[in-house]
Amino acid sequence: MKKLLNTLYVTTQGAYLAKDGECVAVRMDNEVRLRVPVHTLGGIVCFGQVSCSPFLMGFAAERGLGFSFLTENGRFLARVQGPVSGNVLLRREQYRRADSPEASAEVARSIISAKIINARRIVQRALRDHGGKIDGSPLDKEVSHLKDCLQRLQQPVSLDVARGIEGEAANGYFGVFDHLILSGEPEFRFIGRSRRPPLDRVNCLLSFIYTLLAHDVRSALECVGLDSEVGFLHRDRPGRHGLALDVMEEFRAFVGDRLALSLINLGQIKKDDFEILETGAVRMTNDARKTLLVAYQKRKQDEIVHPFLNERISMGLVFHVQAMLMARWLRGDVDGYPPFVGK
Amino acid sequence: MLVLISYDVSFEDPGGERRLRRIAKACQDYGQRVQYSVFECVVDPAQWARLKHRLLTEMDERKDSLRFYYLGANWKRKIEHVGAKPEYDPEGPLIL
Repeated sequence: MKKLLNTLYVTTQGAYLAKDGECVAVRMDNEVRLRVPVHTLGGIVCFGQVSCSPFLMGFAAERGLGFSFLTENGRFLARVQGPVSGNVLLRREQYRRADSPEASAEVARSIISAKIINARRIVQRALRDHGGKIDGSPLDKEVSHLKDCLQRLQQPVSLDVARGIEGEAANGYFGVFDHLILSGEPEFRFIGRSRRPPLDRVNCLLSFIYTLLAHDVRSALECVGLDSEVGFLHRDRPGRHGLALDVMEEFRAFVGDRLALSLINLGQIKKDDFEILETGAVRMTNDARKTLLVAYQKRKQDEIVHPFLNERISMGLVFHVQAMLMARWLRGDVDGYPPFVGK
Repeated sequence: MLVLISYDVSFEDPGGERRLRRIAKACQDYGQRVQYSVFECVVDPAQWARLKHRLLTEMDERKDSLRFYYLGANWKRKIEHVGAKPEYDPEGPLIL
């Protein structure tokens, strides 16, 4: 099994990244603060005003290193991409299946099912762990609602119907999400999903984590030679990474929402860790962003047993495993794409 | 696995400085400098073969000495650092 490589996050404003031999050198105020050999890195993510030498970009592209530029708030700006990698036959098969409504609906159904199962587990877990502290009845109702959604997905429904069920399940799930937040602070109440910009603290956290997830999933897909822009559930739109968003659905609840919830519930992120702008948009402070990144990196190092491979691997590698399974499905080595369902 | 590399390069002949520079450069490409002539490199077996070959071609076996300490994959429990020159953990979160 491949090793989980590290990701370098640069959040310090005014930093400059350059290539130094086989290393990435991070310079701040004309002083090299860190020098990391590129072979230990799987990706580099730059936030805000961080610049970078063209040689490093070329080097990263050549080594297949994911290299993304994000705004300070985590909105995706650009990425560096080298020559298209991987097998043309695999990509062609991906396009063929994405063009076929039946094949798309099939994989979309399994991805959405995994998403719903993972979301449902979060609700069940909250009921089990904090049953005494929280009002259980809406949660109980949601658990059975999600189960009902799952059952409807068992039938061979069309892509549009499947997406309808997904929307309904997401609505229901985010409808009870507020009950999962144990913090009494009114600032952490969750009313509904809002993005671009996020209008409250919880949404701000969620959006930021989802951006990180998208970066990792996209890199994983491109490592096995898939085209991250051509999805099955998410249809083509210029500049959108459809397939990355598809595969990410399986991880939203299991990685993203759980991380956000534990940061809030364990008090690692406090209400003062956010700034409210005049427009009503909510933004994280630099320190909070670092806390989050550390927690996210730690989460990726947690070991789990992969449900399909039955192998112990770190969470961060699961993105790569799913990308590999997606490629296997396209090559015809497995009958269906087995989505990730967490424990 | 983690390999600790330390070296002594002789300055007796004029080529010494060049060898020192090139050995340090090779180590730096694969790991971090923890003291002047001590490097810690986290490498897989293939990378280690490449690095070792590179070091052995750079050095002059009659004059220089190189020492490799193999600390394995569970190296975190085997290293303790005291004092100045804080290093980074190559497998921990890298956030700047």
